[in-house]
Parts: sequence; C-alpha cells; structure tokens
Amino acid sequence: MATEQSHSAFTAKDFQSQQINDWCAGCGDHGILRGLERALAALGRSPDEVAVFGGIGCSGKTPYYLNSYGVHTLHGRLLPFATGAKLANPDLTVIAVGGDGDGLSIGAGHFVNVGRRNLDLTYILFNNGVYGLTKGQASPTLRQGEQTRSMPQSNIQGHINPIMLALSAGFTWVGRGYAYDVKSLSQLIQQAIEHPGIAYLDVLQPCPVYNDLHDKAWYGERIYSLRAEGHDPVISDSSDEQGSQEKRVQCLLKAQEWDEQIPVGVFLQDLTQPLFLEQITRRQPSYARMPPARIAVADAAGRPLSDLSQLFTELEVS
Amino acid sequence: MHVILKNYQNGRHSQPIVKTRTEHIAWRIGGPQGSGIDRIATLFARACALSGQQVSCRREYHSNIIGRHSYCDVSASPGPITCHSESPDMLVTFESESLCRHLNALTTPGYVICSADDGEVDLASLSYLDARLQHDIIEQLTTLGLPATSSGLLEMARQHGVHTFAIPYKALLSRLADELGVARQRVAAAINIMAVAISSSMLGISRGSLERALEKVFPGQQDVLEMNRRALAIACQYAQDSFEPLELQLPEPRGDTAGLLLNASQSVALGKLAAGLGFQSYYPISPASDESVFLEAHNRVPLTNGEESGPLLLQVEDELAAVTMACGAALTGTRSATATSGPGFSLMTEGLGWAGMNEVPLVITLYQRGGPSTGMATRTEQGDLQSAIHGGHGEFPRMVLASGDVEECFYDAAQAFDYAERYQLPVIHLLDKALTSTLQTVPTFEMSRLQIDRGELYRPGHEPASAVPRFALTDSGISPRPLLGQAGGQHWLTGVEHSEYGQVSEDPVMREQMMEKRARKLLQAAQEIPTDEKLRLYGDIDAAFTIISWGSNKGALLDALKRLAHEGISARAVQLRLLWPFPGEELEAILATAGPLVMVECNYSGQMNALVKAQMGRGCDHLVVKYNGRPISGEALYQVLQQIHEGKAEARMVLRNPYE
Ligand SMILES: Cc1ncc(C[n+]2csc(CCOP(=O)(O)OP(=O)(O)O)c2C)c(N)n1
Ligand code: SF4
Ligand SMILES: [Mg+2]
Repeated sequence: MATEQSHSAFTAKDFQSQQINDWCAGCGDHGILRGLERALAALGRSPDEVAVFGGIGCSGKTPYYLNSYGVHTLHGRLLPFATGAKLANPDLTVIAVGGDGDGLSIGAGHFVNVGRRNLDLTYILFNNGVYGLTKGQASPTLRQGEQTRSMPQSNIQGHINPIMLALSAGFTWVGRGYAYDVKSLSQLIQQAIEHPGIAYLDVLQPCPVYNDLHDKAWYGERIYSLRAEGHDPVISDSSDEQGSQEKRVQCLLKAQEWDEQIPVGVFLQDLTQPLFLEQITRRQPSYARMPPARIAVADAAGRPLSDLSQLFTELEVS
Repeated sequence: MHVILKNYQNGRHSQPIVKTRTEHIAWRIGGPQGSGIDRIATLFARACALSGQQVSCRREYHSNIIGRHSYCDVSASPGPITCHSESPDMLVTFESESLCRHLNALTTPGYVICSADDGEVDLASLSYLDARLQHDIIEQLTTLGLPATSSGLLEMARQHGVHTFAIPYKALLSRLADELGVARQRVAAAINIMAVAISSSMLGISRGSLERALEKVFPGQQDVLEMNRRALAIACQYAQDSFEPLELQLPEPRGDTAGLLLNASQSVALGKLAAGLGFQSYYPISPASDESVFLEAHNRVPLTNGEESGPLLLQVEDELAAVTMACGAALTGTRSATATSGPGFSLMTEGLGWAGMNEVPLVITLYQRGGPSTGMATRTEQGDLQSAIHGGHGEFPRMVLASGDVEECFYDAAQAFDYAERYQLPVIHLLDKALTSTLQTVPTFEMSRLQIDRGELYRPGHEPASAVPRFALTDSGISPRPLLGQAGGQHWLTGVEHSEYGQVSEDPVMREQMMEKRARKLLQAAQEIPTDEKLRLYGDIDAAFTIISWGSNKGALLDALKRLAHEGISARAVQLRLLWPFPGEELEAILATAGPLVMVECNYSGQMNALVKAQMGRGCDHLVVKYNGRPISGEALYQVLQQIHEGKAEARMVLRNPYE
C-alpha cells in the first residue's frame, strides 16, 4: 500500500499552477485537483516528468491548474492523445483526466480500447452524472428516470456502470474514489499511478450546480471503504484460476452496489497480465533503448541516420 | 462533351486502334480476385524489368476478397514508361468474364492467351458481370449472328483481327504432376506461372529472366520453387513448339534496368523510414493500410552507426484515435504520422484542427479513393483536394503536398516531416489509389539527397520551469518548440485559444496576435520553399498550350506530351506539387503566357480548377475530368488534348471508358 512520503523533494504546492481556477465553489473537481497534487508530490515525481491530459468539460480543465506538462485535448480524445505520448516517451508519467460525458459517451470507444492495452497510464474519470460545462444535461452515468436540476425532462436512457465496463475492457487496476475525501482519494491516485499497467479510477464528483440529486449528503450516507471491509482486490501470480475468477466476480458484485451503499477503494488489481511496453519490446527490441522520442533521426549535418540499403536490395529490380 | 477512347465508340470496332508506338508493349491479365492475378502480374513485370525494360503496372480490383473481377496492366518499354495503357496488346486470362470485359479493349492486332479447357460458357450465366456490360456484349454478338457464349466472343475477336491462343493447361499440368510424381491438385496453382511463361515466350522474353523473376516473386521452400521452375520449363517448351514468335515482341533493351521495382505505398513507407519515422498509428482502410502494414513488417531499421531503431506502428480503434495518438506522440519530439483514406480523413478533421491550433508537426498521408461516403473503396479519385486544404472547422495553417509518381513519393514523404517540424503544423501528403497500386521501376533512392531539418527546438534557459512560452510571438510565426518530457521544457497546450504560455485567453488582442502568428508560418513557408518543390514544368516550356494537373495524373500527362510532340504539337505541362500554401506567385508567370489553358483532374467538379480560379482569378479554358474511378491514361488524354488543340473541344470534357 502506498503511503504519503514525507521525504519527497516536492510538495503539493510545487504542483499548483498560477492559472486562474474558474470552477464553481464547492465543486468536487477542487478535491480531485488537491488529490492529484498530493499524490504527485508523494510519488516524488518532478513536474517536468509528468504529463497530464485533459478532455473537454469542467473536468478537462484540470491540466491548467497543475504545474506539470499540461495538455488540454479534445472532447472524448484524451486517451489516445495520452497513449501516443506515453508510447513515444515511456519515461513520462502520464495521467488522463476527463468527465463522464467525455469518457463514456463521445469517447467510449477509447475507454474500451485503452483497456485492451496494458499500458502504464492512469485514467481518472470525474463522475458527476451530468455534462457540467454544457449546463447540466444527463451524462451516461445518470440513471434512467432521474432528472437533475436543469434537465427539461427525466432521463429515459439507461446508465453505464463504468466499473463493470473497465473490468470487461481489461483495465488491470480498477478503483473508485470520492472527491470530498481528498486524503483517501490522493492515496488511490497514488496507487493508480504506481500500478504498472492501465489504471481506471472513477471519482464520484459532486456538481453542486447541476446535480442536485447526488450531493454531499446523498453520498455521505452511502459511501463505505472496501479496504475497511477487508476486500482484497489483488490477482497475482500466486492466484490460481479459480481464485482469479472469484476476484473478478467479487469486483462485479461490488460494482453493482449503488442505491443503498456505495463502495470506494480498489475493486481489482490484476498483476498477471503482460505489460504493453514489454510486448512492444519483445517484437521490437530497439524500443527499450530507443523509444520513438529518442530515435536519432539525423546527424549534425542533417544526413539521415536510417540505413535502408537492405530494404532497397529487397526491392531491387535485379 | 465527353471523350471515349476512339476504339470504344459504338462498341469496339468502328475504328480499330492501330498502335502508334512500337517502343512499348501493354500486357493485361484478368481473373477473379483471390486467384493470384497480382503476383503473376508482378512476375511478368519483373521478368520485363530483368530484360532491360522499364515497367509501369496498374492494378484494378473490386472491394471484395474472393471471386469478383480484377485485372492488372503491365506496360514495358526500354525508355521511360510513366503510365498504363487502356488498350493492351495482349490479354491473358483463364475465364470468360475477363474476355467480356477486355476483348474490346485490345489493340489491333491483339493477342489473347486463354484456356482450351473451359468448355462453352453462357455469358448470361456470369453473375459478377455488370448488367450493363453483359447486355452490350450480348447485343454486339447478336448483331454479328454469333452465340452469346465464350466461343462466340472469341470468334468476334478473331473477326476483328485478334489472334487467339487456347492453351491446353490441363494437359500441361498433368505433365508437371507426372514429372514431379505428385497428384494433379498439388500443382494446380502452377497454371498462373504457365500462363506468364507462355505469354512471355511468345513476346520474346528469355527463360533466364523469367527464372530470376520467379525466385524474387515466389521465394519459398525448395519444393515450391522447384515446382514453379518445372512449370516454367514445360510452358516455355510448349510455347516454343507450338507457336511462331509473334510480330509483337518486347522492344530491344538499351541496357540493364537498374533501380527498384515498387509501388507508391512502399515508396512512401521507405521515405518515412528514411526521415526517421518514430510512430505511426492507423486504422485499416483501403487503399491506405498497405503502407502501414509494410511499415509494421519493416519496423526494424538499421542505423548508419551500427545501432538499430525503427518506428512503432500501432493499429488503433478508429481514425479519431489514429490522428490524436500520432499527435500525442509528436508532442514528445517523435516524427509521427498516420495514413488514411477519405472516410478516415473525414473523421480526423477535429484532430487535424487541434494539431493546427497547437502547432504540432504531424504528417497525414491521405490516399484518396472514390467518394463520397464509402464510395468506391478500391478505385481512384482526386476528390479530396478541397477537403485536404479546407477540412475542419476554423482557420489554421496546414500544408498539402501531392506527389506525381512512385519516385516522388519517397522524397516527398521524407520532406513532409521537415515541413511539419520546420513550420510546426500538420502536413497532408495527398496521394491516391491509382498511385498506391502502381508498380513501377524507379532509379534507386538516393539517401544523400535528403537533408533533414528538425526545425527550431526550445533550449531550456534560466527562466523558472513553468515559464516556457510555447507559443512565443515571433516575426516568422515560428516559436522554438519545447518537447513533452524535455527537462525544463514544461509548458501547456490547449485547443482553446491561448496566450504565448498556452494559457486560456479570449482577449481580443491576443486572439488577433495568435491568428496572425499562426498564419505567418505559411507565408514563411511560401517564401522559403524552392519553386521546384512547388511546381514542375514539362514539355516545351515556351509553348502557350498549357496543361495543368496534379498528383497521379503526372504519368498520363508526360505520356500525352510525348505523343503530342510526336505529332509536332508543342505543349507544356505544369505539375502542381505544393497545393497549400498555393504556389500562386510561381503559377502567375506561367498563366501570363498560357493559351489555351487546360486543367486535367480525376474528379467530377474540377476541384483544382476551382482552386486556381479562386487563387489566380482565372480558371482554365478547358476542364478535362474523369470520375469513373479509373485513372486517366496517356492515350486518352492525348486524344482530348489533340481535340483541344484543333479547337474542336468544349469547355468541359469528360473521359470515359466502359471497358475499364
Ligand atoms: C465534439 C464536441 N462535441 C460537443 C462539445 C461540447 N461539450 C463541451 S463539454 C461537454 C460535456 C462535458 O461533460 P463531461 O464530459 O461530463 O464533463 P464535465 O463538464 O461534467 O466535467 C460537451 C458536450 C465539444 N466540446 N466537442
Ligand atoms: S458546473 Fe458542476 S462540474 Fe462544472 S465547475 Fe461547476 S460545479 Fe463543477
Ligand atoms: Mg460530467
């Protein structure tokens, strides 16, 4: 279990940027930002080793407020942007942050497919049940029949369960945090970042402006800690087939709890899946020494360094 | 007004085509997809090349895996051969559908090598034959009092001066099986090699060339190679024993053909490797994926210093991911690209705009195909010019370059990265299906011609870490570029309008400054790029008769110019290469002395003509277009240019051919 490391060279403050924050007062996003700052400081990463990619939405503005490489991308596309950067420069700590509309409707294809690549990437989804930035329409996590403050009619579409989706997509670390519990959240973020594969962290994020159904009081009555309950999420090399199976079933069961009680913590961590970068290196050994960002393209005189003579021979007429 | 190649008017026979050039042969093979047509055409092309010929080979196929018709044309000449021919001299086929589709296209005299074993085929039973063509052919036969069958067809061809040769393949295959001591089914595939061998022998191609080609095209296990060699020997012997050499012979070579034999997607791939491609994401789509697949197969690249590197190729979930993932990689200083075709490019436009807004060096290789929508996935068109130049919302700088042939593809693909990095913007390398499926002999690429320019990079100074002005306002519009992960190069990027520091800004003055800064980069590019990269002139450069075109039409254009010169008609051709920023200044001087001015394009509306009109205030006098999904040939273009020259053409001329 990760703990806050007091000996880190960086403090949470080192990760705060000077950009003016325009989130509403009381928004859960502030808590997630604090959680990120603390987690990054605790991990001892230098700001120029971290790249944070944001989607579009209130949540997507997070990179502005963090002192790190900050990339504000397109609605729904943060994951492929982040994936490209990580694949090209695996030394970077890459974090993708976006809304539930961003990740579960317009970007759902990427949500699912990023799970197929066990890349060392952390995806934090700000789950507020609404489209904050476009003024409160239903997001894909809002339940059928629910009607939040600015919706003209109640929701007639079903909801997506992101934990179940993440599990079936192949994420090897699946967790859930609560934006108003910054301390636990920062620990979860830290664990998600430390996980060597693809991590999905769902954050219950109250939007006091538009989501009047799921506010502090509503969550307060329901949230409980998986860890406190003794839930063991880890599938490791020592787990047998049946043990792993049970872990997944347990995760699915926990994922479905909602109306009465809502679990937060780590649902599943599967350490048995091959890492994507190792798979790449296996078929392309040079990747380990010379990932794309380090490929030497030309010498000082601009002469290309690639030697294609062998390929030319293959394609020669004679 | 439209132009149908002379011999196709009212069916074939109103005006038989008599070859005007003896310096080239045109060979065609047709058959169902999945039967190996491609590889045998490659075998023939290579045998020609090994006989000292230059070759150009085009490939036509349906969006289907097995069964529908495909064909390949191989043109060979001891001199430069830039284009396919719509009228082959020789047709090789094993089946009736090919006869229906291609007999009418043959020159006079023409030659058909077919199978003696097929029996009588009722043409009405050919389910893959387009109803229109079926109807036409049956009508032609009925008019001549011939049966609507394969033998009726061959008879019609003979009546019109085509020599037909029916080969007893079954007997030849049996001989092969006996020699090898195996069952007949085991050698069935050798029929293709036999067909190439027989037609090659008849054309005077040496058995030695064929054997060497065989090893290159069908490398493999010893037993397969041995079977193929024997098949070749049996077929060559059969041809020698059975037929007199044809009047049509492969032209005398003028020496050995050195160089490479490859198609445009391979050429682009090599250009990218030469330029140090580090990352390419793609979503499969015809005709773009061949390039990515080739790259993935050749992802281990030796370096001149003895080390090894190579690009990371990744097949992703869709084109939205392909373009944005390549963008993400480009931010780290990786030379990054994606390759796609029309439908994929439409999906990429939002990402393209992000790259424009964030000044990301990104290369998009766009292989045009017939549109709109799914259109004609495996046919050619130049229908995406306007989309490449203007696609996406808002205004941002980008560059669009179009290569004219397989050789240019290599140098342009490499150059695209330099442009992208020097001007920090997305570069669209515009190609098309015709080019990508054209197999050509080209001079071996010279790495020494490449001079790599990585553009201006940010060097960390003494300012505090969080103060890198990624979008610094400069005279050229180009800001020194920090890389994601560079120590001390920390910065913000955003698709939202921003300040020099990448911080959100909706300040009207900042907005103007940023719009102007981004736009200045294109002015800078237009100033710096040499004329030869922007456009090229061919033919009689002082001629008033001026033909403008772009992209893969270059081959037809050069071929038509040659024919015009042969007729004593002096003309010049302008190949536009840098399509955006538009080379207006360079074109201005040419237009001043042009008349008549002709535009040639593979699309319906004349997209380049519209662009020239918008940029130059003057459109062309004649627009020659073709939009049936097949590339323009030199002979068809020549005919229409001749009509224009004689003052017999209308403003809009459409090239058609019902037998392609
Ligand atoms: C392609 C595209 N479509 C629509 C929008 C408009 N838009 C901006 S934010 C947003 C929804 C944001 O909701 P969510 O992702 O849940 O983020 P939140 O604001 O709730 O944090 C939409 C639809 C856009 N920016 N881009
Ligand atoms: S609208 Fe909701 S999600 Fe957006 S900043 Fe305000 S409170 Fe937060
Ligand atoms: Mg939301």
